[in-house]
Amino acid sequence: MSLAKRIIPCLDVANGRVVKGVQFVDIRDAGDPVEIARRYDREGADEITFLDITATHDNRDTMVHVVEQVASQVFIPLTVGGGIRTLDDIRRMLNAGADKVGINSAAVFNPEFVREAAQRFGSQCIVVAIDAKKVSLPNEPECWEIFTHGGRKATGIDAIGWAQKMVAYGAGEILLTSMDRDGTREGFDLSLTRAISESVSVPVIASGGVGNLEHLAEGVLQGKADAVLAASIFHFAEYTIQQAKEHMASRGIEMRL
Amino acid sequence: MSSVAVIDYGMGNLHSIAKALQHAAPDVDVQIVADAELILQADRVVFPGVGAMRDCMQALNQSGLSDVIRTVAKTKPLLGICLGMQALLTASEENGDTQGLGILPGKVIHFSEALLDHHGNKLKIPHMGWNQVHFSAHPLWDNIPQDSRFYFVHSYYAQPDDLSLLAATTEYPEPFACALTQNNVFAVQFHPEKSQAVGLQLLKNFLHWDGHI
Repeated sequence: MSLAKRIIPCLDVANGRVVKGVQFVDIRDAGDPVEIARRYDREGADEITFLDITATHDNRDTMVHVVEQVASQVFIPLTVGGGIRTLDDIRRMLNAGADKVGINSAAVFNPEFVREAAQRFGSQCIVVAIDAKKVSLPNEPECWEIFTHGGRKATGIDAIGWAQKMVAYGAGEILLTSMDRDGTREGFDLSLTRAISESVSVPVIASGGVGNLEHLAEGVLQGKADAVLAASIFHFAEYTIQQAKEHMASRGIEMRL
Repeated sequence: MSSVAVIDYGMGNLHSIAKALQHAAPDVDVQIVADAELILQADRVVFPGVGAMRDCMQALNQSGLSDVIRTVAKTKPLLGICLGMQALLTASEENGDTQGLGILPGKVIHFSEALLDHHGNKLKIPHMGWNQVHFSAHPLWDNIPQDSRFYFVHSYYAQPDDLSLLAATTEYPEPFACALTQNNVFAVQFHPEKSQAVGLQLLKNFLHWDGHI
Protein backbone atom coordinates (compact mmCIF):
# COMPACT_ATOMS: atom_id res chain seq x y z
CA MET A 1 0.00 0.00 0.00
CA SER A 2 1.33 3.38 -0.90
CA LEU A 3 0.50 6.71 -2.43
CA ALA A 4 -0.47 6.43 -6.11
CA LYS A 5 1.25 8.42 -8.83
CA ARG A 6 -1.19 10.73 -10.58
CA ILE A 7 -2.23 11.28 -14.19
CA ILE A 8 -3.45 14.80 -14.88
CA PRO A 9 -5.02 15.70 -18.22
CA CYS A 10 -4.64 19.38 -19.06
CA LEU A 11 -7.16 21.43 -21.03
CA ASP A 12 -6.30 24.74 -22.67
CA VAL A 13 -9.32 27.02 -22.41
CA ALA A 14 -9.83 30.32 -24.24
CA ASN A 15 -12.99 32.38 -23.73
CA GLY A 16 -14.64 29.42 -22.02
CA ARG A 17 -13.93 26.97 -24.86
CA VAL A 18 -11.38 24.17 -25.08
CA VAL A 19 -8.85 24.91 -27.80
CA LYS A 20 -6.07 22.86 -29.42
CA GLY A 21 -8.66 20.74 -31.19
CA VAL A 22 -9.93 18.14 -28.85
CA GLN A 23 -11.23 15.30 -31.00
CA PHE A 24 -13.59 12.74 -29.59
CA VAL A 25 -15.96 10.99 -31.93
CA ASP A 26 -18.56 10.38 -29.26
CA ILE A 27 -18.68 13.81 -27.70
CA ARG A 28 -21.45 16.22 -28.59
CA ASP A 29 -19.50 19.41 -28.16
CA ALA A 30 -15.73 18.99 -28.45
CA GLY A 31 -15.16 22.52 -27.21
CA ASP A 32 -17.16 22.20 -24.01
CA PRO A 33 -14.76 22.03 -21.06
CA VAL A 34 -17.46 20.64 -18.79
CA GLU A 35 -18.21 17.71 -21.05
CA ILE A 36 -14.54 16.91 -21.58
CA ALA A 37 -13.81 17.17 -17.85
CA ARG A 38 -16.65 14.74 -17.15
CA ARG A 39 -15.25 12.32 -19.67
CA TYR A 40 -11.77 12.43 -18.11
CA ASP A 41 -13.31 11.96 -14.68
CA ARG A 42 -15.16 8.85 -15.87
CA GLU A 43 -11.96 7.48 -17.41
CA GLY A 44 -10.19 7.79 -14.06
CA ALA A 45 -8.23 11.04 -14.22
CA ASP A 46 -6.69 11.73 -10.81
CA GLU A 47 -6.98 15.51 -11.21
CA ILE A 48 -7.80 17.91 -14.00
CA THR A 49 -5.88 21.07 -14.87
CA PHE A 50 -7.33 23.97 -16.82
CA LEU A 51 -5.00 26.44 -18.42
CA ASP A 52 -6.77 29.71 -19.17
CA ILE A 53 -5.18 31.15 -22.30
CA THR A 54 -7.81 33.85 -22.73
CA ALA A 55 -6.02 36.86 -24.13
CA THR A 56 -8.00 39.66 -22.53
CA HIS A 57 -8.66 40.20 -18.87
CA ASP A 58 -12.31 41.02 -19.52
CA ASN A 59 -13.08 37.49 -20.63
CA ARG A 60 -11.67 35.87 -17.53
CA ASP A 61 -15.09 35.73 -15.91
CA THR A 62 -15.92 32.96 -18.34
CA MET A 63 -13.20 30.81 -16.75
CA VAL A 64 -14.79 31.33 -13.33
CA HIS A 65 -18.04 30.11 -14.79
CA VAL A 66 -16.36 27.05 -16.35
CA VAL A 67 -14.82 26.13 -13.00
CA GLU A 68 -18.20 26.50 -11.27
CA GLN A 69 -19.84 24.21 -13.80
CA VAL A 70 -17.13 21.56 -13.63
CA ALA A 71 -16.88 21.65 -9.84
CA SER A 72 -20.57 20.92 -9.45
CA GLN A 73 -20.29 17.74 -11.53
CA VAL A 74 -16.74 16.44 -11.19
CA PHE A 75 -15.53 15.49 -7.73
CA ILE A 76 -11.78 15.23 -8.15
CA PRO A 77 -9.20 17.98 -7.61
CA LEU A 78 -9.25 20.85 -10.10
CA THR A 79 -6.35 23.18 -10.81
CA VAL A 80 -6.64 26.43 -12.73
CA GLY A 81 -3.63 28.21 -14.19
CA GLY A 82 -3.10 31.07 -16.58
CA GLY A 83 -3.46 34.71 -15.71
CA ILE A 84 -3.35 34.25 -11.94
CA ARG A 85 -1.73 37.51 -10.82
CA THR A 86 -3.46 38.75 -7.68
CA LEU A 87 -4.79 37.37 -4.41
CA ASP A 88 -8.24 38.27 -5.69
CA ASP A 89 -7.71 36.12 -8.81
CA ILE A 90 -6.93 33.19 -6.50
CA ARG A 91 -9.88 33.81 -4.21
CA ARG A 92 -12.29 33.91 -7.15
CA MET A 93 -11.03 30.61 -8.55
CA LEU A 94 -11.11 28.87 -5.15
CA ASN A 95 -14.61 30.19 -4.48
CA ALA A 96 -15.71 28.92 -7.87
CA GLY A 97 -14.60 25.42 -6.87
CA ALA A 98 -10.93 25.16 -7.91
CA ASP A 99 -8.75 23.33 -5.40
CA LYS A 100 -5.44 24.72 -6.56
CA VAL A 101 -4.18 27.56 -8.70
CA GLY A 102 -1.11 27.54 -10.90
CA ILE A 103 1.10 30.63 -10.69
CA ASN A 104 3.61 31.04 -13.49
CA SER A 105 4.91 34.36 -14.76
CA ALA A 106 3.49 36.32 -11.82
CA ALA A 107 5.90 34.36 -9.62
CA VAL A 108 8.86 35.30 -11.81
CA PHE A 109 7.96 38.99 -11.85
CA ASN A 110 7.06 39.09 -8.16
CA PRO A 111 8.20 36.12 -6.04
CA GLU A 112 6.62 37.69 -2.94
CA PHE A 113 3.23 37.01 -4.53
CA VAL A 114 3.80 33.28 -3.96
CA ARG A 115 4.61 33.89 -0.30
CA GLU A 116 1.51 36.05 0.20
CA ALA A 117 -0.69 33.55 -1.63
CA ALA A 118 0.56 30.60 0.43
CA GLN A 119 0.12 32.53 3.67
CA ARG A 120 -3.39 33.58 2.77
CA PHE A 121 -4.76 30.41 1.20
CA GLY A 122 -2.37 27.68 2.35
CA SER A 123 0.44 25.96 0.47
CA GLN A 124 -1.85 23.08 -0.46
CA CYS A 125 -3.51 25.20 -3.16
CA ILE A 126 -0.45 26.96 -4.55
CA VAL A 127 1.13 25.26 -7.55
CA VAL A 128 4.09 27.11 -9.01
CA ALA A 129 4.43 26.44 -12.73
CA ILE A 130 8.01 26.47 -13.97
CA ASP A 131 8.88 26.70 -17.68
CA ALA A 132 12.49 25.61 -18.08
CA LYS A 133 14.86 25.26 -21.01
CA LYS A 134 18.29 23.67 -21.15
CA VAL A 135 21.02 26.30 -21.46
CA SER A 136 24.11 24.11 -21.05
CA LEU A 137 26.11 22.89 -24.04
CA PRO A 138 26.28 19.13 -24.74
CA ASN A 139 29.76 18.79 -23.18
CA GLU A 140 28.89 20.78 -20.06
CA PRO A 141 27.12 19.67 -16.86
CA GLU A 142 23.39 20.02 -17.53
CA CYS A 143 21.69 23.17 -16.40
CA TRP A 144 18.33 24.75 -17.08
CA GLU A 145 17.00 28.28 -16.96
CA ILE A 146 13.54 29.76 -16.36
CA PHE A 147 11.89 31.16 -19.48
CA THR A 148 8.79 33.33 -19.76
CA HIS A 149 6.49 34.33 -22.62
CA GLY A 150 5.92 30.78 -23.80
CA GLY A 151 9.62 29.94 -23.79
CA ARG A 152 10.77 32.99 -25.75
CA LYS A 153 12.31 35.13 -23.03
CA ALA A 154 15.24 33.96 -20.93
CA THR A 155 15.36 35.24 -17.36
CA GLY A 156 18.85 34.15 -16.33
CA ILE A 157 17.31 32.32 -13.34
CA ASP A 158 18.60 28.79 -12.66
CA ALA A 159 15.70 26.32 -12.65
CA ILE A 160 16.80 24.20 -9.66
CA GLY A 161 17.52 27.20 -7.47
CA TRP A 162 14.21 28.75 -8.53
CA ALA A 163 12.23 25.62 -7.65
CA GLN A 164 13.86 25.52 -4.22
CA LYS A 165 13.13 29.21 -3.69
CA MET A 166 9.47 28.77 -4.65
CA VAL A 167 9.11 25.90 -2.18
CA ALA A 168 10.72 28.02 0.53
CA TYR A 169 8.18 30.75 -0.33
CA GLY A 170 5.31 28.32 0.17
CA ALA A 171 4.63 26.48 -3.10
CA GLY A 172 2.87 23.21 -2.26
CA GLU A 173 3.61 21.62 -5.62
CA ILE A 174 5.73 22.29 -8.72
CA LEU A 175 4.37 21.95 -12.26
CA LEU A 176 7.50 21.56 -14.34
CA THR A 177 7.35 22.05 -18.10
CA SER A 178 10.31 21.48 -20.38
CA MET A 179 10.07 24.15 -23.07
CA ASP A 180 12.52 22.12 -25.15
CA ARG A 181 10.11 19.20 -25.24
CA ASP A 182 6.71 20.89 -25.09
CA GLY A 183 4.77 19.94 -28.23
CA THR A 184 7.51 17.63 -29.58
CA ARG A 185 6.00 14.28 -28.51
CA GLU A 186 9.55 13.06 -27.77
CA GLY A 187 8.95 12.47 -24.08
CA PHE A 188 9.70 14.45 -20.93
CA ASP A 189 13.12 15.97 -20.30
CA LEU A 190 13.87 13.24 -17.77
CA SER A 191 17.11 14.67 -16.42
CA LEU A 192 15.43 18.03 -15.80
CA THR A 193 12.49 16.33 -14.10
CA ARG A 194 14.74 14.21 -11.91
CA ALA A 195 17.01 17.13 -11.04
CA ILE A 196 14.06 19.22 -9.85
CA SER A 197 12.20 16.39 -8.13
CA GLU A 198 15.27 15.38 -6.14
CA SER A 199 16.04 18.93 -5.07
CA VAL A 200 12.65 19.90 -3.61
CA SER A 201 10.55 18.44 -0.78
CA VAL A 202 7.15 18.96 -2.46
CA PRO A 203 5.52 16.88 -5.22
CA VAL A 204 6.60 17.58 -8.81
CA ILE A 205 4.32 17.24 -11.85
CA ALA A 206 6.20 16.47 -15.08
CA SER A 207 4.92 18.18 -18.22
CA GLY A 208 5.93 18.77 -21.82
CA GLY A 209 6.62 16.28 -24.58
CA VAL A 210 4.43 13.25 -23.94
CA GLY A 211 3.85 11.29 -27.15
CA ASN A 212 3.09 7.80 -25.89
CA LEU A 213 2.26 5.86 -22.74
CA GLU A 214 5.82 4.76 -22.06
CA HIS A 215 6.77 8.43 -21.78
CA LEU A 216 4.36 8.73 -18.85
CA ALA A 217 5.97 5.74 -17.13
CA GLU A 218 9.47 7.11 -17.75
CA GLY A 219 8.47 10.39 -16.12
CA VAL A 220 7.85 8.54 -12.87
CA LEU A 221 10.48 5.78 -13.07
CA GLN A 222 13.40 7.83 -14.37
CA GLY A 223 12.22 11.39 -13.84
CA LYS A 224 11.04 10.65 -10.26
CA ALA A 225 7.91 12.73 -10.88
CA ASP A 226 4.99 12.39 -8.47
CA ALA A 227 2.46 13.11 -11.19
CA VAL A 228 2.45 13.35 -14.98
CA LEU A 229 0.53 15.88 -17.03
CA ALA A 230 -0.40 15.45 -20.68
CA ALA A 231 -2.76 17.07 -23.12
CA SER A 232 -2.71 15.95 -26.73
CA ILE A 233 -2.41 12.17 -26.27
CA PHE A 234 -5.69 12.22 -24.37
CA HIS A 235 -7.51 14.91 -26.34
CA PHE A 236 -7.10 13.14 -29.63
CA ALA A 237 -8.39 9.94 -28.08
CA GLU A 238 -5.18 8.15 -29.01
CA TYR A 239 -5.24 6.71 -25.52
CA THR A 240 -7.75 6.78 -22.72
CA ILE A 241 -6.69 7.73 -19.21
CA GLN A 242 -7.55 4.18 -18.19
CA GLN A 243 -5.12 2.75 -20.78
CA ALA A 244 -2.43 5.11 -19.55
CA LYS A 245 -2.98 4.02 -15.96
CA GLU A 246 -2.93 0.35 -16.86
CA HIS A 247 0.30 0.81 -18.77
CA MET A 248 1.95 2.60 -15.88
CA ALA A 249 0.73 -0.06 -13.45
CA SER A 250 2.19 -2.75 -15.72
CA ARG A 251 5.57 -1.03 -15.29
CA GLY A 252 5.27 -1.47 -11.52
CA ILE A 253 3.99 2.02 -10.73
CA GLU A 254 1.37 2.35 -8.01
CA MET A 255 -1.79 3.75 -9.63
CA ARG A 256 -5.43 4.30 -8.69
CA LEU A 257 -7.13 1.85 -11.03
CA MET B 1 -36.25 17.02 4.58
CA SER B 2 -33.18 16.61 6.74
CA SER B 3 -30.58 19.36 6.80
CA VAL B 4 -26.81 19.61 6.98
CA ALA B 5 -24.88 22.73 7.92
CA VAL B 6 -21.42 23.31 6.46
CA ILE B 7 -19.65 25.59 8.91
CA ASP B 8 -18.36 28.79 7.28
CA TYR B 9 -15.57 30.36 9.31
CA GLY B 10 -13.49 31.66 6.43
CA MET B 11 -11.21 28.62 6.09
CA GLY B 12 -11.57 26.47 3.07
CA ASN B 13 -13.36 25.50 -0.02
CA LEU B 14 -16.91 25.33 1.27
CA HIS B 15 -18.53 25.32 -2.13
CA SER B 16 -16.81 22.10 -3.17
CA ILE B 17 -18.09 20.40 -0.06
CA ALA B 18 -21.60 21.81 -0.43
CA LYS B 19 -21.75 20.74 -4.08
CA ALA B 20 -20.54 17.24 -3.25
CA LEU B 21 -23.09 16.91 -0.42
CA GLN B 22 -25.87 18.02 -2.75
CA HIS B 23 -24.72 15.55 -5.37
CA ALA B 24 -24.41 12.71 -2.83
CA ALA B 25 -27.88 13.23 -1.39
CA PRO B 26 -30.20 15.47 -3.44
CA ASP B 27 -32.94 15.00 -0.82
CA VAL B 28 -30.92 16.81 1.87
CA ASP B 29 -31.04 20.55 2.48
CA VAL B 30 -27.39 21.74 2.36
CA GLN B 31 -26.58 25.10 3.93
CA ILE B 32 -23.30 26.99 4.21
CA VAL B 33 -23.64 28.85 7.48
CA ALA B 34 -21.66 31.00 9.88
CA ASP B 35 -24.53 31.64 12.27
CA ALA B 36 -24.47 29.69 15.55
CA GLU B 37 -28.24 29.30 15.75
CA LEU B 38 -28.49 27.87 12.24
CA ILE B 39 -25.66 25.43 12.92
CA LEU B 40 -27.34 24.24 16.10
CA GLN B 41 -30.68 23.82 14.28
CA ALA B 42 -29.27 21.57 11.52
CA ASP B 43 -29.66 17.80 11.76
CA ARG B 44 -26.01 17.22 10.88
CA VAL B 45 -22.91 19.38 10.73
CA VAL B 46 -19.85 19.30 8.47
CA PHE B 47 -16.73 21.04 9.78
CA PRO B 48 -14.32 21.58 6.85
CA GLY B 49 -11.06 23.48 6.66
CA VAL B 50 -7.84 24.01 4.79
CA GLY B 51 -4.89 26.21 5.70
CA ALA B 52 -3.02 26.76 8.93
CA MET B 53 -4.13 25.59 12.37
CA ARG B 54 -3.48 28.89 14.13
CA ASP B 55 -5.64 30.87 11.68
CA CYS B 56 -8.34 28.23 11.99
CA MET B 57 -8.45 28.35 15.80
CA GLN B 58 -8.31 32.15 15.83
CA ALA B 59 -11.29 32.30 13.47
CA LEU B 60 -13.23 29.77 15.57
CA ASN B 61 -12.44 31.43 18.89
CA GLN B 62 -13.16 34.97 17.69
CA SER B 63 -16.49 34.00 16.16
CA GLY B 64 -17.56 31.94 19.14
CA LEU B 65 -17.93 28.90 16.90
CA SER B 66 -15.55 26.87 19.10
CA ASP B 67 -18.26 26.42 21.70
CA VAL B 68 -20.86 25.76 19.01
CA ILE B 69 -18.76 22.91 17.62
CA ARG B 70 -18.23 21.52 21.15
CA THR B 71 -22.00 21.52 21.63
CA VAL B 72 -22.60 19.87 18.25
CA ALA B 73 -20.03 17.20 19.14
CA LYS B 74 -22.18 16.19 22.10
CA THR B 75 -25.52 16.24 20.35
CA LYS B 76 -25.60 15.33 16.63
CA PRO B 77 -23.61 13.76 13.79
CA LEU B 78 -20.50 15.84 13.12
CA LEU B 79 -18.05 15.27 10.26
CA GLY B 80 -14.64 16.95 10.44
CA ILE B 81 -12.67 17.14 7.19
CA CYS B 82 -8.91 17.76 6.81
CA LEU B 83 -8.05 20.77 9.00
CA GLY B 84 -11.55 20.35 10.43
CA MET B 85 -10.40 16.94 11.69
CA GLN B 86 -7.14 18.25 13.08
CA ALA B 87 -8.89 21.09 14.94
CA LEU B 88 -10.98 18.54 16.86
CA LEU B 89 -7.87 17.26 18.63
CA THR B 90 -6.31 18.61 21.80
CA ALA B 91 -3.36 20.42 20.24
CA SER B 92 -1.27 20.75 17.10
CA GLU B 93 2.46 21.33 16.77
CA GLU B 94 1.72 23.53 13.73
CA ASN B 95 2.58 27.23 14.27
CA GLY B 96 4.59 26.45 17.40
CA ASP B 97 1.99 24.82 19.56
CA THR B 98 -1.68 25.55 18.90
CA GLN B 99 -4.54 24.52 21.18
CA GLY B 100 -7.30 22.65 19.40
CA LEU B 101 -10.93 22.17 20.37
CA GLY B 102 -10.08 19.20 22.61
CA ILE B 103 -13.02 17.07 21.46
CA LEU B 104 -10.85 14.11 20.41
CA PRO B 105 -7.94 13.50 22.82
CA GLY B 106 -4.63 13.54 20.98
CA LYS B 107 -2.25 15.77 19.11
CA VAL B 108 -1.46 16.76 15.53
CA ILE B 109 2.11 16.31 14.33
CA HIS B 110 4.17 16.91 11.18
CA PHE B 111 5.35 14.13 8.88
CA SER B 112 9.01 13.43 9.54
CA GLU B 113 11.15 14.93 6.79
CA ALA B 114 13.77 12.26 7.41
CA LEU B 115 11.52 9.47 6.14
CA LEU B 116 11.93 7.63 2.84
CA ASP B 117 9.12 6.29 0.69
CA HIS B 118 8.72 2.64 -0.39
CA HIS B 119 11.22 3.15 -3.21
CA GLY B 120 13.92 4.71 -1.04
CA ASN B 121 13.24 8.24 -2.27
CA LYS B 122 12.90 11.14 0.13
CA LEU B 123 9.30 11.40 1.29
CA LYS B 124 7.43 14.26 -0.40
CA ILE B 125 5.58 16.62 1.94
CA PRO B 126 2.73 17.51 1.68
CA HIS B 127 1.28 14.02 1.38
CA MET B 128 -0.65 14.75 -1.80
CA GLY B 129 -2.73 12.43 -3.94
CA TRP B 130 -4.73 9.23 -3.80
CA ASN B 131 -3.84 6.82 -1.02
CA GLN B 132 -5.44 3.68 0.35
CA VAL B 133 -7.66 3.78 3.40
CA HIS B 134 -7.80 0.69 5.59
CA PHE B 135 -10.85 0.91 7.81
CA SER B 136 -12.60 -0.91 10.63
CA ALA B 137 -16.36 -1.46 10.62
CA HIS B 138 -18.44 1.72 10.89
CA PRO B 139 -21.66 2.86 9.15
CA LEU B 140 -19.73 5.61 7.32
CA TRP B 141 -17.80 2.97 5.34
CA ASP B 142 -20.95 1.23 4.09
CA ASN B 143 -20.73 0.30 0.38
CA ILE B 144 -17.09 1.40 0.20
CA PRO B 145 -14.57 -1.33 -0.71
CA GLN B 146 -11.84 -1.96 1.87
CA ASP B 147 -8.54 -0.18 1.00
CA SER B 148 -10.22 2.26 -1.42
CA ARG B 149 -8.18 5.26 -2.47
CA PHE B 150 -9.16 8.73 -1.24
CA TYR B 151 -7.59 12.11 -2.09
CA PHE B 152 -5.24 13.59 0.53
CA VAL B 153 -3.35 16.84 0.80
CA HIS B 154 -1.76 17.59 4.17
CA SER B 155 1.56 17.93 5.99
CA TYR B 156 0.29 17.26 9.51
CA TYR B 157 -1.64 14.29 10.84
CA ALA B 158 -3.58 13.31 13.95
CA GLN B 159 -2.12 11.06 16.62
CA PRO B 160 -4.93 10.03 18.98
CA ASP B 161 -4.12 9.28 22.64
CA ASP B 162 -6.52 6.37 22.59
CA LEU B 163 -6.26 3.88 19.72
CA SER B 164 -9.93 2.98 20.16
CA LEU B 165 -10.70 6.26 18.33
CA LEU B 166 -9.15 4.87 15.13
CA ALA B 167 -11.64 4.44 12.29
CA ALA B 168 -9.07 4.00 9.52
CA THR B 169 -5.37 4.17 8.77
CA THR B 170 -3.26 5.07 5.73
CA GLU B 171 0.44 4.39 5.14
CA TYR B 172 2.81 7.26 4.34
CA PRO B 173 5.08 5.35 4.71
CA GLU B 174 4.13 4.39 8.27
CA PRO B 175 0.45 3.92 9.17
CA PHE B 176 -1.23 7.07 10.48
CA ALA B 177 -4.79 7.84 11.59
CA CYS B 178 -6.67 9.05 8.51
CA ALA B 179 -10.08 8.72 10.20
CA LEU B 180 -11.13 8.97 13.83
CA THR B 181 -14.49 8.47 15.49
CA GLN B 182 -15.98 8.95 18.92
CA ASN B 183 -19.71 8.49 19.46
CA ASN B 184 -21.49 10.87 17.03
CA VAL B 185 -18.25 12.48 15.83
CA PHE B 186 -16.44 11.27 12.70
CA ALA B 187 -13.35 12.91 11.26
CA VAL B 188 -11.33 12.29 8.12
CA GLN B 189 -7.96 13.63 7.01
CA PHE B 190 -8.68 13.06 3.31
CA HIS B 191 -11.13 15.05 1.17
CA PRO B 192 -14.28 13.01 0.51
CA GLU B 193 -15.60 15.88 -1.63
CA LYS B 194 -12.63 15.34 -3.99
CA SER B 195 -12.47 11.54 -3.84
CA GLN B 196 -14.87 10.74 -6.67
CA ALA B 197 -17.32 7.85 -6.16
CA VAL B 198 -16.02 6.55 -2.83
CA GLY B 199 -15.92 10.07 -1.41
CA LEU B 200 -19.50 10.77 -2.45
CA GLN B 201 -20.52 7.44 -0.90
CA LEU B 202 -18.93 8.42 2.41
CA LEU B 203 -20.78 11.75 2.35
CA LYS B 204 -24.01 9.96 1.54
CA ASN B 205 -23.42 7.57 4.44
CA PHE B 206 -22.84 10.54 6.74
CA LEU B 207 -26.05 12.20 5.59
CA HIS B 208 -27.97 9.06 6.58
CA TRP B 209 -26.05 8.39 9.79
CA ASP B 210 -27.92 8.66 13.07
CA GLY B 211 -24.75 9.13 15.10
CA HIS B 212 -24.66 5.58 16.44
CA ILE B 213 -22.37 2.70 15.52
